[in-house]
Parts: sequence; structure tokens; C-alpha cells
Amino acid sequence: MLELRAATYRYAGYAKAVLHAIDLTIGDGEIVGLVGPNESGKSTLCLVASGLAPASVGGQLSGTLTIDGESMAGRRTHELAERVVVCFQNPNTQRSGVAATVFEEVAIGPMNLGLEVPEVLARTREAMALLRLEHLVERDPLRLSGGQSQLVAIASLLAMRPRHIILDEPTAQLDPAGTRLVGEALRTLAERGTSLLIAEHKTDLLDEVCSRIVALDAGRIVMDGSTRDVLTDDRLVTIGVEPPARERLRRSLVAAGVDIEPAVLAGLPA
Amino acid sequence: MAATVQSIGAFVIGGYAGPLAIILLTVLPAAIVAGVAGRLIRISFLLTLPIAISVVLVSVFTRAGTTVLFSVGPFDATAEGVNFAGQTLVRLFAISTSIGLFGLTTNPRAFVLDLERRGLSPRFAFVALATLEAVPAMVERATVIQAAQRARGLDTEGSLRARLRGILPLVGPVILSSLTEVEERSLALEVRAFGRPGRRHLLWTIPDSRTQFVVRLALVVVFVALVALRASGSIAGLP
Repeated sequence: MLELRAATYRYAGYAKAVLHAIDLTIGDGEIVGLVGPNESGKSTLCLVASGLAPASVGGQLSGTLTIDGESMAGRRTHELAERVVVCFQNPNTQRSGVAATVFEEVAIGPMNLGLEVPEVLARTREAMALLRLEHLVERDPLRLSGGQSQLVAIASLLAMRPRHIILDEPTAQLDPAGTRLVGEALRTLAERGTSLLIAEHKTDLLDEVCSRIVALDAGRIVMDGSTRDVLTDDRLVTIGVEPPARERLRRSLVAAGVDIEPAVLAGLPA
Repeated sequence: MAATVQSIGAFVIGGYAGPLAIILLTVLPAAIVAGVAGRLIRISFLLTLPIAISVVLVSVFTRAGTTVLFSVGPFDATAEGVNFAGQTLVRLFAISTSIGLFGLTTNPRAFVLDLERRGLSPRFAFVALATLEAVPAMVERATVIQAAQRARGLDTEGSLRARLRGILPLVGPVILSSLTEVEERSLALEVRAFGRPGRRHLLWTIPDSRTQFVVRLALVVVFVALVALRASGSIAGLP
């Protein structure tokens, strides 16, 4: 379980806090979506929940980050990396820059953990299979498309088999097929007990994979509830988040005076 | 190892015979076998040329000697100076060909990873590899930025002047964008446990036969012998 309690965070050199009194718990096997307009603090929350802020980024954090019952205060970044990983939205900055092939790129994380070679190989193959990247094994990481690079970046983290994964706009560069692949992989991980926090603008993905959604606005949690409740809440549009396609369709139909049977749009909130 | 011994050998052995023997009997045959002889000679020549020019000018005209070959203004070119310049040049060429051969026949990644396997710090290995990989990444970034600048009407083709003018709007964005990515890049590395202390088990195995091991051992012996002979005065240095 990953737990943030009363977390208020301020970047070094800034007078104002970016996050205010955040209380967030992500249980084992739970997939939590994080939505909010630009500048609402989603990326900062990802950094704080991963412990990188303040451990690596600096700044000032009040409140606590607890992972699997242990406080992460004062932990070094490599200790954090053994428990929680975070995937950033720009795949180019996540490339190690030292691997000649995609396989090596994915293997770097497990290698850094000091694992024996057979274990590194097994984890790398499994992570690549999970995202169906086997055909890229021999490719140069520098010569991949944006979407492929992002999938490789995610696979690189999955290969470390962390208990907790945080993804900051993981599908920003992905086409619908790639987004679906990521969704499937995340569900598989959750079934194995991994807890996931996904910051995304694509609410359709969150609608499909998350059991809970947290909405952030101006550094504060303004909604926290089941996926259905939050994604159909009118306040979501007010803060600048677009609801998923089927919710927009439902609203359009209601606005047009069409009587919708819940069975017609399966799973759609009536 | 071979490049080191060849370079040191060329340095400690005086005269023409030693460095020439190193070039003709060890470097060139190896370069021919590796199929890089032509490139090696071209690269070594280009690498040596700037130093060679200054060595020739300084040695020929400033070295004191009794046999004056010709004079240019107040400077006398002496036979002793020509001899000294000649010996220095063969040494330089021997050193540059041995290092050039190493560069042309060694995969830099394999080299650094083998060093890590032999005890080099993973951090140092990363820095070395990242530096090697940074060049193509920068070139790619520059290409993208150049395309973006062209799309906005910047003329980067045509005369030399136009091309030079096109470089300036390229340099700033390339450097600045590289710097702004540094933080996220370092965070991404930390997430992948880069800072974890201790050794890591590498996936790569560099082939290393028993013959290669014996040759390396022999080279160490040759190296020690050369240094010892030179220190004892058994091998002459430069005149």
C-alpha cells in the first residue's frame, strides 16, 4: 500500500506550495486514475508519491509518504526505486543513452538492482512480452517512434517488478492500439497485486482500467471516488477535464432528449 | 594493451629503426588483417599533421648543430635539427597509428563494458557510454530543430555565409533543450536504481580466448622490459 498523508509540497526557490494537504491511499492491486487540468499539480504529485520529491528534486515536503508500512522519509533514491517507480511522459528523457538494443535498454533496471543474469533475462523478456515488444528486441532505442519509445520506457520499469508504479501521462505519445496495450498490461499488473497511479488526460483509458479516480485542481484533491462517480460528475468539466467518450455521448443524448436505456450503452451510468 | 605497448615502445626506443619496426611489423600487418589499413594511414596522417608541422619548424630551425643545410632569414636549418625532427615524426606516427588502430578495431561500447566487468565503476562506465551515445543524440536533436527552423523560414542552405548564418539559431535551442532535459533524465535514471551501490551482473560477455590472455601477458613483459632497458640506458633515446 502506498500512502500519502497531509502532504504539502513546495519546490525549492518557490514561495507557494504546489500541493496542499494531499491524503491519498493506493491499495495493493488498485489502479487509481489522477486527472486535473494543466498546472493542477499532477506531475508534482507523481514525484511526491514516488518519493523523488524531495529526495532527488529537492524542495520541502510536510506530511508523510509511507510505502508498505515503511516511512520513506530520508530514503535514498535507489532504495525508493526498489519499491516504487515512476514513468514520465517524455520517452526521450527516459532512455538510458547507454544501450545499443531495446533488450539491453529494458534490462538496465533489473541489472542495476544487482540481480543475477538469468533473473535479469527472465524479467526483461516478461516485461517485453507484456507490452508485445518482442519484435523490437534488436532495434536501436534511438531509432524508435515516439510511441515505441514510450512502450519501451514503460517496459523498462515493469522489468524491475516494482510493487508500486506511477505513470505520468504514459500514453501521451501512443496511438489507440498502443494505449490499449498499456491498459491491458496495467490490468495484468494490478491482478498480480501491483498498485498503480496513472496521471492522464485520456479519461477513456482511465474509464477502462481504473477502479478509482482522484481529481486534482490547484494542488488540492477536489474529488476522490469510484471511476463511475468521478467521471460522470459535472464538476469534472468545470475544472477543465474532459469526460470519457461514452459519458460525453450519454450527455449529448440526454441533451437531445433521447431516452437511454442503460442496457443500450453497456456499463454507462444511467 | 597492444596499443599501449606499441606507443610506449615508440616513445622509449630512439632512432628510426624501433618506431619504424613497430609500424611495419606490428601495426600495419594487424591493420591489413582487420581491413582498415587505408583508413588508418589516412587518419593517422591527418592526426599527426598539425603537430608534425610545428615539430619540423621548431626542430629544423632552432636546434643547434654544426652542419647548416640552408638559412631562412636569421634561422639556420641544421642537419641535426632535420635528424631530430625525422626521429620525432616517426615516433609520433608510430604512436598515432597504434592508437588509431585501437580506435578503428575496438567497439567503444564493448570496451567500456569489458572495463566494467574488470572492475571499473558502473558510474564511470555509464558516463563514458553516455558520452559516446550523446553525439548521435545531439545530431538527431539538431536535425529536428533545424527542420523546425526551416519550417519557420530560416534559410540554412546555399552559400557558406548562409549556412554559417543558419548555425546560430540552431546552437541555442540544441544546447538549451539538452540542459532542460538533464533533470528529467537524471530522475529517470534514479528510478531505474542507477544510484544503487555495489556491482551489477552484466549481460554481455566479451570473447576472450586463452591465446589472447597469453598475448596480453607477453605484452606486459615486453612493456616492462622496454621501460627497464630504456631506464638502464641500453636503449638510446632521441639525439
